[in-house]
Amino acid sequence: MAKEIERAGIPTVHICTVVPISRTVGANRIVPAIAIPYPLGNPAKSNKEEKLLRRALVEKALRALETKIEEQTVF
Amino acid sequence: MRIVHYLNQFFGQVGAEDKAGTEPLVKDGPVGPGVLFQELLGPEARIVATIVCGDNYFVEHIDEATERVLAMITDYGADFVLAGPAFNAGRYGIACGAICAAVMNRLGIPAVTGMFPENPGVESFRKAIYIVETKGTTAGMRDGAAKMSRLALKLAKGEPIGSPEEEGYIPRGLRSNYFAPETGASRAVTMLLKKLKGEPFVTEYPMPVFDRVTPLPPVKKMSEITLALITTGGIVPRGNPDRMESSSATRYGKYAIGAFQGLTAKSHETVHGGYDPTYANEDPNRVLPLDVLRDLEREGVINALYPYYYATVGNGTSVARAVQFAREIAKDLISDGVQAVIITST
Repeated sequence: MAKEIERAGIPTVHICTVVPISRTVGANRIVPAIAIPYPLGNPAKSNKEEKLLRRALVEKALRALETKIEEQTVF
Repeated sequence: MRIVHYLNQFFGQVGAEDKAGTEPLVKDGPVGPGVLFQELLGPEARIVATIVCGDNYFVEHIDEATERVLAMITDYGADFVLAGPAFNAGRYGIACGAICAAVMNRLGIPAVTGMFPENPGVESFRKAIYIVETKGTTAGMRDGAAKMSRLALKLAKGEPIGSPEEEGYIPRGLRSNYFAPETGASRAVTMLLKKLKGEPFVTEYPMPVFDRVTPLPPVKKMSEITLALITTGGIVPRGNPDRMESSSATRYGKYAIGAFQGLTAKSHETVHGGYDPTYANEDPNRVLPLDVLRDLEREGVINALYPYYYATVGNGTSVARAVQFAREIAKDLISDGVQAVIITST
């Protein structure tokens, strides 16, 4: 889906746990996530720490969208 | 001949998604589909052990899991390794592919797995290993196991391996010499004549298909754009109003989030059948990070969050469907002036 949305003209970043799958299907901007059942969280942490972790990942994704790339890039 | 068989937690009879974090373990003899493989292999080969690893554990620790599985295979003195088949299960396909590639390269013994052509493990590993083509579901177990067993025995005995069509494996992109009854010139003219007449013909050199999209230029000013969220992690309003399937989705949902500052266990849940839903149901922001994006919107880091998000499930959903969903969603987003997208996947 990331590839098709980008093909349609909207820059897209894929936050995902299984990076090899994202590479194979052709997402251009890839941000590795935490774990399959909680890509943007970690139930072992406190609510506050977990939200900080999630924010860091989303901020990384926004930076990826602001970065000029020539080819598929894992951030 | 001694065989070691690799299975995920499901086929290895350890458990479902709640056991997907299982670390590699060994069971003696054949387990689950291994019983069928043993029957097909006959008396000349014996499955001495089955290694089972959870799909999440494997793909979240690919290098370490591969090392541990390799060490177990070495301990059992395997003559060859069978993995899967993984059908259209993405994580399982990656695991089977990584193990077979490591077995062939590092232990120097044959390894065979099986997958549906759309499994992401195929694109990653088809050049390195033998992947027998299977159906997308376990309905293809017997046929896939028969082809895998036949191919594995041939490899183990050092017998010559035929073309992908003859043996049933996915083309590896290798070329080998053979004596053709007609010269290249006459075969080419025959092919051209068929083409001119509109008759079917088979090329001898298929062109590779590289479906890549050139990366778009970056977003210039994040603080001036509207950003949209999409997830393949199956987050839907509680009660699943659109009756989205838990796997092999035929639809996606578009859901209003204008009134939400974040997602809660009361407002949203996951319908995804391919991972343990406990953590996503507890706090759906772990899959669709609405709470954080609202903060970033308030702080002016982004101008606005699009008042809807889109969701589907990525497990077992065909590539053709995913492409169709994405095209429809993109059309929607473009007409509403969305300039950047975050997709989250489990």
